[in-house]
Amino acid sequence: MTNPRTNPRTNPRTNPKTDPRTNPEAGPALAAGAVERHLRARRGTGRGLLMPYVTGGITSGWTDYLRAFAAAGADAIEIGLPFSDPTLDGVTIQRASDTALARGASTRRILADLSDMSNQSGLPDLGVPLVVSTYYNLVLHDGPETFCAALRRAGVGGLIVPDLPVHEADELTGVAAGAGIELVLLASPATPRPRLAEISARSRGFVYAVSLMGTTGERAALAESAAELSGRIRRVTDRPVLLGFGISTPDQAREARRHADGVVIGAAVMRRVLDGAGPDDLRAFLAPLRQALDQECDRPR
Amino acid sequence: MRDVPLWREPVPPDGLMGEPPARGRFGEYGGRYAPESLVEACREVDEAFREAWADPGFRGALARLLAVHAGRPTPLTPALRLSEALGVRLYLKREDLTHTGSHKINNVLGQALLATRMGRRRLIAETGAGQHGVATATAAALLGLEATVFMGERDIERQALNVFRMRMLGAEVVPVTTGSRTLKDATSEAMRHWVGATGDSHYCIGSVVGPDPYPWMVRELQRVIGDEARAQCAAELRTGLPDHVVACVGGGSNAAGTFAGFADTPARLVGVEAEGGAGAARGRLGVLHGCRSLFLQDGDGQITQAHSIAAGLDYPGVGPEHAHLRDLGRARYVTVTDDEAVRAAVRLARTEGIVPALESAHALAWVIRAAGDGDLPAGSTVLMTLSGRGDKDVSTLKELL
Repeated sequence: MTNPRTNPRTNPRTNPKTDPRTNPEAGPALAAGAVERHLRARRGTGRGLLMPYVTGGITSGWTDYLRAFAAAGADAIEIGLPFSDPTLDGVTIQRASDTALARGASTRRILADLSDMSNQSGLPDLGVPLVVSTYYNLVLHDGPETFCAALRRAGVGGLIVPDLPVHEADELTGVAAGAGIELVLLASPATPRPRLAEISARSRGFVYAVSLMGTTGERAALAESAAELSGRIRRVTDRPVLLGFGISTPDQAREARRHADGVVIGAAVMRRVLDGAGPDDLRAFLAPLRQALDQECDRPR
Repeated sequence: MRDVPLWREPVPPDGLMGEPPARGRFGEYGGRYAPESLVEACREVDEAFREAWADPGFRGALARLLAVHAGRPTPLTPALRLSEALGVRLYLKREDLTHTGSHKINNVLGQALLATRMGRRRLIAETGAGQHGVATATAAALLGLEATVFMGERDIERQALNVFRMRMLGAEVVPVTTGSRTLKDATSEAMRHWVGATGDSHYCIGSVVGPDPYPWMVRELQRVIGDEARAQCAAELRTGLPDHVVACVGGGSNAAGTFAGFADTPARLVGVEAEGGAGAARGRLGVLHGCRSLFLQDGDGQITQAHSIAAGLDYPGVGPEHAHLRDLGRARYVTVTDDEAVRAAVRLARTEGIVPALESAHALAWVIRAAGDGDLPAGSTVLMTLSGRGDKDVSTLKELL
């Protein structure tokens, strides 16, 4: 295992490409928020990062999935606030969103469930940061300030908005930062270099690398574009990079870990939830993924 | 609900519906709220269209296609018997007489030509009533491109004839089974599909909606309606200008194209929406399908299902420029019911020998109502865009009449 202090990948001051003193595109080095500090610390131990996803409100006891994720070794958890028109989601997450909405799920109820969970367990949180993802209409509906404040009250630390690209994010970035919410930006294989640098500099928490040109959903193999994109992001920032979209098996997670700091597992989780899998089943599903990420970390690099 | 401005004197026209908006913004609306995977594709369309629109070669090629293939210019028809009955002078801009039967062909020929210029070999489209799908299939066939058209399952049932036409023209029609199975869901599906196909495909959006540059690009491509009508009014009307310019609004492309020809005049602009799909009249600020505009939503911010007997008006939002024109008070947006639209369609058929598309019948229904209640003063001149012909709606009408 490499020493994070001497590994140029994890220490921007020893990597001229990510040092803002030598590379203006790397952007100003701002103090990291709680999500980023947590992920950096975990990465610093050599661990591959695992962020499972669940659609909020998908079942009556959906917060039990969060406990299962944490127990299975998640490093962060993504909670989707379902939206009626998810334009970047494939069939599985679309179906999960429809199911949750048909059950009466809403931003308000999902955040209330999160608050209840904290109260019941008597713990401030699960020991891992919670990151909410949703479409911008739901942010605008309450107004960015109210929305971010509500996230914060529910113990959420990060926010992913897939239809809010960096050039439209000004309205939300300051408000989110003020509320202590880290706004995670997405990068895609089609993102050209100057914008990739801007996204990497302005993203908070981590950079969400969209592994392929497509929607969310399970795929047979990790896209070739995943490695290329991760490499390009790595060259402009040392912020944690999580690869998402299409990653569903231990082999894919292992391969993804060779290029990025970790993976997001969404559709593969939700397909099982939609098929009736309970929290224990999900814990069992995530265990080999956790193991694969750990094994990859143990390999000589 | 936001306060809808009452009738105001037209604002100074400087720049209104003219140049491309800065950063794709019409006031607080518009923008490019697209997934990062589509941002570069949008930028490429923007750059290519700006170049093409400034290129006399492109403009000339499009003008020729519009003339020899689409049948432009379309006539301005005085609706003599109906005018006499209503006490206003009604002129119809006859987009129903274009090839494929609606104004949709104007925009699609432009985008198809742009797609070939960009080296794309396939068009992706969404359609509600089927008219945009038919236009896309037609332009694709004409220019040797492939076409994939997404259409809600419910609309496929309602518009069987247009589905057959698209397939006959060689297009692939993909049924969309999610959500309300109408235009909104077909649009979401087309966007999702585009994410995986930006390399070889152009997304040919059918209305003045979507991420920048689509709202203004489609308006520019539909401007031909307003420009022609303006010249025709100048030649045929005693005053040279109509007092009122009326068009139906779903997403709002025929209205945007028509209004663009008159935005710098004192003519009063009226957009007519379906009672159940009134994005401009009753929508709330939101972001959907790539732009910030006015959308019908529930108390939780979920987009609600629109309803209209006219499949082309069955969209829960309105193009961002319409939202801006509404805020400025430069255009007024009103609604009519299914029933009013059906009665208006029958009335036009029996007084003028024209069966209008149910979408266009909405615009006419408002003219009839407004002439009756004095909203249109007696003797005033009204230009109304008849956006399409009613052949596609005969089975719907047959069930009702």
